[in-house]
Amino acid sequence: MAAAAEDKDDMLEVRNVVKRQGPRETVRDVSLSLRAGERLALLGHNGAGKTTLIRMILGLTRIDGGSISVFGNRPGDGRARRITSYLPESVVFHKSLTGLEQLALFARLAGQPVKACAPLLERVGLSDAANRRVGAYSKGMRQRLGLAQVLLGRPRLALLDEPTSGLDPISRHDFYGIVDDMAAQGTAVLVSSHALTELEARTNRIAILRAGRLVAMDSLDNLRRRAGLPIRIHVRAADGHADEVAGSLGGSRMNGCRVELSCTADQKMARLKAITALGDAVADVDVVPPSLEDLYRHYAAGEAGS
Amino acid sequence: MIRRISAIAGAELRIALRNRWILIATSLMVLFSLALTFSGSAPTGALGVDLLTVSVASMTTLSVYLVPLLALLMSFDAIAGEVERGALALVLTYPVSRGELLVGKLVSHLVVLSLAVFLGFGIAGLAAWLAGGASGESLAALLRLCWSAVVLGASFLAIGYALSSVARSSSAAAGLAIGVWILFVVLYDLGLLGALVYDGGGFFTRKIFPLLLAANPADAFRIFNLSGTGKVALASGLAGATTGLPGWAVLVSMFGWPLAILALARLALKRVEP
Repeated sequence: MAAAAEDKDDMLEVRNVVKRQGPRETVRDVSLSLRAGERLALLGHNGAGKTTLIRMILGLTRIDGGSISVFGNRPGDGRARRITSYLPESVVFHKSLTGLEQLALFARLAGQPVKACAPLLERVGLSDAANRRVGAYSKGMRQRLGLAQVLLGRPRLALLDEPTSGLDPISRHDFYGIVDDMAAQGTAVLVSSHALTELEARTNRIAILRAGRLVAMDSLDNLRRRAGLPIRIHVRAADGHADEVAGSLGGSRMNGCRVELSCTADQKMARLKAITALGDAVADVDVVPPSLEDLYRHYAAGEAGS
Repeated sequence: MIRRISAIAGAELRIALRNRWILIATSLMVLFSLALTFSGSAPTGALGVDLLTVSVASMTTLSVYLVPLLALLMSFDAIAGEVERGALALVLTYPVSRGELLVGKLVSHLVVLSLAVFLGFGIAGLAAWLAGGASGESLAALLRLCWSAVVLGASFLAIGYALSSVARSSSAAAGLAIGVWILFVVLYDLGLLGALVYDGGGFFTRKIFPLLLAANPADAFRIFNLSGTGKVALASGLAGATTGLPGWAVLVSMFGWPLAILALARLALKRVEP
């Protein structure tokens, strides 16, 4: 319990972890920590090392360097397993069992009462399908069943590997609602995803893996600030004034009447003033802040060579 | 520990019931046993034994082929299949050990096998008794056949788990299982037979052959049942083959194999990265 004594709140402590597969390092020198009640989104392209990192935290895959501590326990040892729950990327339960039977099996393995299962199925919206065989479940239903087993016994650390891939928007929303509830009850939640959307943006912090390396880990606001992505301004010139507008603002002319400008956040007001000063020559203005996708691309694809 | 093992065994049993494994295994055993009992009923008069005795001899030969096959079919997918589906990774994040997982599966598969064997041989035995009579001795032989067939099955279940842990995929495990079946049940005996003919009754035939015969769990099972009672031995014609073999060798082979291979399977499973 030495590690837990250092910082009582750290549920998960990953230090300088390395994973080699042959000569290639699939996870390189990754460090991160997760506190009770915190939600962390782990983002990266396919093959960036998200699943490998999660499997190392679970003790399913050997660590080749660095260390991982799950509330002071080695990954995969009995105590760590008791307080951790996991949702694999694609859950393939046995198709001959019913949802309730499958969940009851997990409850018994976890040392939880079987009577806890029915309320959990209700929580994830599977009550009606509880006694149907998993073989007849849709992908979304299997994913919900997977989430139900995550909730068994109120874990202190939940690792969800691409839990919402292939779900419809409403299911995704429900899913993150349950994640928020878990965090509110003090569970540290790590959610991996291959994209940054509104839902991932709602987590406390965002960690981005690129080719096995952690390239960013911060709140959304700080990531935005650090990236310093340009704001784009679309200006539509009035008929016959396109050359005049493009000339005085210095942007690039797109077609007959549109001019595109880009500027940093602190130049925005000055640019807008210059645009309004042109008076009737300007017909319309749109200000487009960098999207979540732009932001994600900036970090995950290494644009601007960060 | 017991709770976790029984949870896994219970779920596996349910799966075996749902995907008709119990039904298939049991009806196979019943069908073949009945067929053998009545097609092999000719020598009763000539040898002076009752029908059940002859039936036990035929069913022993049947078991040597069928029980290992059933056991391997049940077990080859046990680990590799779960790795492929990603189910093993999830289960192993629960506080259940790999040993408990293995024992849980073994228990459920043994239950399925016992059902098939006891029902199959029991029904055939009953039919033989009604049709041609039985004696205390032949009933004992039947009982002995039943439980030793389950022990034989345990050996091949364990072999199946070990192969399933070593194989990279479920289909590779299936291939290995078929290979093991042919090796132990068919080729091994053919090899020994060839060696016997070549040796022509020399040292090999007298000293080494009986030990080699006992070393194969399938042959140990055959010897255990066919030379166990004088009358069954008479009905099978195996009486002469095993003179010079110490009695304990067969028992050591029958019970040693399942335990040794299960330990091996446990080691193989330890190295599996789900």
